[in-house]
Parts: sequence; structure tokens; C-alpha cells
Amino acid sequence: MDLFLHQALAGLATGSIYACLALAIVMIYAAINHLNFAQGEMAMFSTFIAWQLMQWGAPYLLAFVGAAAFSFVAGIAVERVLFRPIHKAPVLSHIVLFIALFAILNSLAGFIWDYNVKSFPTPFGSRSLFGNGLVSSHDAGMMGVAFTMLVLLYVFFRHTRIGLAMRAAAANPESARLAGVRVGRMISLGWGMAAAIGAVAGIMIAPVVFLDPNMMTSILVYGFAGAVVGGLTSPGGAVFGGLAVGIIENLAGTYIPYVGRELRLTIALFIIVAVLTAKPSGLFGRAIVTRV
Amino acid sequence: MIAGVALALLLPLAIKGFFLFQLTLALIYAVAILGLNLLTGFNGQFSLGHSAFYAIGAYTAAILMDQADVAYYWTLPAAGAACFIVGFLFGLPALRLEGLYLALATFALAIATPQLLKSTPLEPWTGGVQGIVILKPEAPLGLPLNSDQWLYYFTMLTAALMYAGAVNLMKSRTGRAIMAIRDNPIAASAMGVNVALYKSLTFGVSALYTGVAGALGALTVQFVAPDSFTFNLAIALFVGLVIGGVGSIPGTLLGGLFILFVPNIAEELSKGLAQAVYGFILIAVIYLMPSGAAGLIRLIVGRTARSRSQPVHFETASRSARLTRETPMSSSTSGDENAK
Repeated sequence: MDLFLHQALAGLATGSIYACLALAIVMIYAAINHLNFAQGEMAMFSTFIAWQLMQWGAPYLLAFVGAAAFSFVAGIAVERVLFRPIHKAPVLSHIVLFIALFAILNSLAGFIWDYNVKSFPTPFGSRSLFGNGLVSSHDAGMMGVAFTMLVLLYVFFRHTRIGLAMRAAAANPESARLAGVRVGRMISLGWGMAAAIGAVAGIMIAPVVFLDPNMMTSILVYGFAGAVVGGLTSPGGAVFGGLAVGIIENLAGTYIPYVGRELRLTIALFIIVAVLTAKPSGLFGRAIVTRV
Repeated sequence: MIAGVALALLLPLAIKGFFLFQLTLALIYAVAILGLNLLTGFNGQFSLGHSAFYAIGAYTAAILMDQADVAYYWTLPAAGAACFIVGFLFGLPALRLEGLYLALATFALAIATPQLLKSTPLEPWTGGVQGIVILKPEAPLGLPLNSDQWLYYFTMLTAALMYAGAVNLMKSRTGRAIMAIRDNPIAASAMGVNVALYKSLTFGVSALYTGVAGALGALTVQFVAPDSFTFNLAIALFVGLVIGGVGSIPGTLLGGLFILFVPNIAEELSKGLAQAVYGFILIAVIYLMPSGAAGLIRLIVGRTARSRSQPVHFETASRSARLTRETPMSSSTSGDENAK
């Protein structure tokens, strides 16, 4: 039982990162109805920015805020330059652009900062809590940061004017525009915020998985799994899904032989296919209805 | 057309070694891209995971040759069959999904594949991280060809058969049903097309093509290892599809040549930037020539043909222009009549 609880807690720690990424995916999905396959690479690039700032001598907090701010601006720029002009184009064009963005960011990061694995500092230290090495103080701090951010976002979307406008723009662009919401700006803002959330997730997970251009690919798959479990149309569901996927991953790794270290990604694939087959709208999502 | 075939047949006598090897690979990639194109271009389903089917094909061939001493030419149908089954089964849940969700599921498949191939339970067959080394086939019947040349002809013959198969498939009743699903799934099912069946069948056939390409790739490279089948391969196939032209069968040949040679050129310019070059080219294609290279060539040929013949004989020129412009429409209407 002790092992079970500790594993679940450790799963919750990585799950909080999956939750952040899932939330970023869902925010962009709400804004433009497409899945951002480059979300992980955007987060990876932001993490490299933070690392670079620290290499130049910036303190951790400044690097953290600087990278998040950079990502916010870059996210808006990507939306304005790449995706705004084709917003009416078919699904394929969007997938092509996301794959293009994925390839460019991955290759560019490798070009600028090379492919050697780098360590990334943590402000929380890496002492082991509970004395068994499963949950470190960094894990606890990571959970703390993620949950703080999620609560802030909840307050933002529930209780601020601009958050309400963003939700309106996502739910019904035409009506929102008639009510005076600047839909285009709200979409850009959504991209900026999603990029910044991804940056925070990247900076938090980097001390655990180490920093290299391919660090986020597998985490992105878990983020997708979380978003799918919760339902792509539900931000709260994405958070729940991300946490659930983190716990499932850790427990499956503990109790099913081989799965732990070697088949982590296969679990994510299995979760995605199973949920999409059994309940494509996820646990909390709206069912998709086609008008004939 | 005939000149092209003659050139392709005589080429191995003129060039040797590494360049011939590269041409063989380009042809193999073209077949893999053709598989992807059958799915995306003709059926309107998206896959970011065709590297997985390429890997299954390659591993099927390598394992059969390594463990069971199967002759190399039998590995192709085996790889095709294995991929058809896996593709069909993967397509079954996938057909409940809208395009985007299928892209998502296949994305996860592509990323999970290398890890799955390395895993301990499969290691007795796959050789784990080490992979499998296989031998190059020799020319049969004492033909005076070295194994590179023979492999080129063997690939060429296979590719020719598969291209002919694809062209005929798309001209058939089945092909029209496949395209009808792409154009309007609801209307297609109202016309009596079994959307679910055709979607998963197309997924199976698409996987079959890519799997056969994978088996040929294993024969050519003489080596399979998990890290040859990462998401980068899926990106490359996808790039080839978009560059050649989505929905164009001849375009896949251009796509194959492109993904083989352009990264080499890009690597020479700057190491490690091949993927970035891919990315920028993809963006340029989406903004400047959404119908890909095949569409661009069609456009150029159409224009020059018209402007060249116009002053000579007005009537025939306008007729030929009308023909080139109306071919797709007239063929589709005749298709409808046949379908009824």
C-alpha cells in the first residue's frame, strides 16, 4: 500500500506537467479547432531560452519570467504570421504547417544549442521527501508551480472580463464578434498563453528529463493522451486527464513487467487509441455533431 | 513517357555504386509515399505514423531472412500482408475518428514505434537496439549484374507493379468509392458506399504499400535498427507527399527523389539543418503551390502548350486547352455514371 501511494504521488508530479501541456493543447484547439503538434517543440525551445538566459548569468527567476514572456510573444507571432492567413484552409494545410513548425524548431534548437544532453537547475533542490527517493522536493515544487498556475488560469477564465471574452470567442466566434469581442485578438492571446504555459511546463520538467532538443516529444504524446482523456473541448478535463495519465503511467510501470522503463510511450498510445475508440469526446468533452 | 522508361532502365549501366544505391532508395521512398498518398490524397484520411508501417515491413523482411532463411523475394508479400493486417486493424478504431483524431493516434504510433522495437520482450526477434544485419541479394540466373544493379531492377519492377496497381485501383469502382468518401463522406454513404469498410480497407492498402517499401528498404540498406524509424521518417514521408502533390500518383516519384536528395544538399550547407529546410519548404508549398510539384508542372505544361500552339492554329489550340481543363471533370462525371 505504501508503494502504491508513493507511486501514485510520483505519478501526480509528472502528471501535473502533462496537465499543463494538455491544457495548452486544449487552449489552441478551442481557438482554432486544430491540434498543435508542435506544442512540445515550442515548450522545448522556450526551455532552451531559459537555459541560455541562465548561461548569460541571469538569476533563475528572471530566466523563468524571461522565457515565459518570450514564449508569449513568440506564440502570438506564430499565430499571426503562420496560421492567421490560412485559417480557412482545410485540415491538411494546418497539419502540414504544424509539422513544419515541429521540424524547424527541433532542428533549429539542435543547430543553436547542439544535441548534447544538458542538465537544468531546479530552485527547489532535489532532496528526497518521505525518505524513499520516489518523491523529491523538486517534484513537490513542480506540482506546486503547476497547480498555482492552473488555479490562476481558472480565476482568469472565470472572473475576469478578458477571460470571459476569450471563452466567448472560442465558443461562438460570430456571436462574440457581434457582442463586440475582438475575436482575432482573443485567438492570438490564446496562442500566446498556450506557448507561455508550455514554457513553464518545459522549465519545470527539464531538471527531471534533462535538456535536449528531443526532450518534449514523448511528453507531448502524454499531453495529448491527457487532453484526449479529458476531452479536447474541456480545459478542466484536460487537467484531470493529464494528472490521470501521469498516475496510470507510473502505476502501470510499477505493476506490469517491462512496461515501466521500456514501453512508456506504448501506454500513451494505448490510452489515446482506447479513449478515441470507446468515447471520442473524452470524459468531460462535448460530443462532436456534424450538420448534414 | 517511353524515353523516361528507357532512361530508367539504362541508367544502372551508366552509373555505379553509391548513386545507384541512392536512386534505388528514392524509388523505395516513392512507393512508401504512394502508400501514404492513397490514404491522404484519395481517401482524405491523415497519417503521421507511416514510419511505423515502413518499420513493420522492414522488420518483417529482416526477421524472415535472418531467422527463417526465407528467400528475399518472398519477404515482400509477407511484409505487405503483415502491414495490411496491422493497418486494417489500426484503421478499424480509426475509422470512427475524424481526420484530426486519426492524425493524433498515428502521431502517437510513430513516436512509440522505436521504443517498442527496442523493448525486451521483442528482442529475440528484433535484436533490440543492435538491429539485424541481412545480406544483399545476388542477381539470379547468372545475369551479368552486380547486386546493386540487380536490386535497382528488382525495386524498379516491384515499384512498376505497385504503381500500375494503384492507378488501376483508383480507376475502378472501389477507387471511386474511396474518392467519394474523401469528397463527401455523408453523400458517399447515402449513395450506398460502406464508409467504414472502405476507410479501413484503404488504411490497410496504404499500410501494405508502405510496408513493401519498408521491406525493399531493408534489402537495400542491408540493416534494420529501431532508430532508423523515428518520427523524422514519418515527417520525411509526409514532406514527400506534400511536395509531390496530395492526390497525384506521378507526384510521389518527385516526392521520393526530393526526400532523398534535398536533405543531403541541406546537410552540406549546414550540419543538422535538414529538418529546418524541410520545414521552410513545407511552409512555402502551403502558401505558394498547394497542389505540390505535380500541380505546378501541370500548370506550367498547360500554359506553355497553350501559348505555343495558339498562334499556329487557333482552333486546335483552344480545343486542346479545353481538353486539359475539362479532363478531370469529364472523367468524374463518367465515374458517376458507372457507379450508378
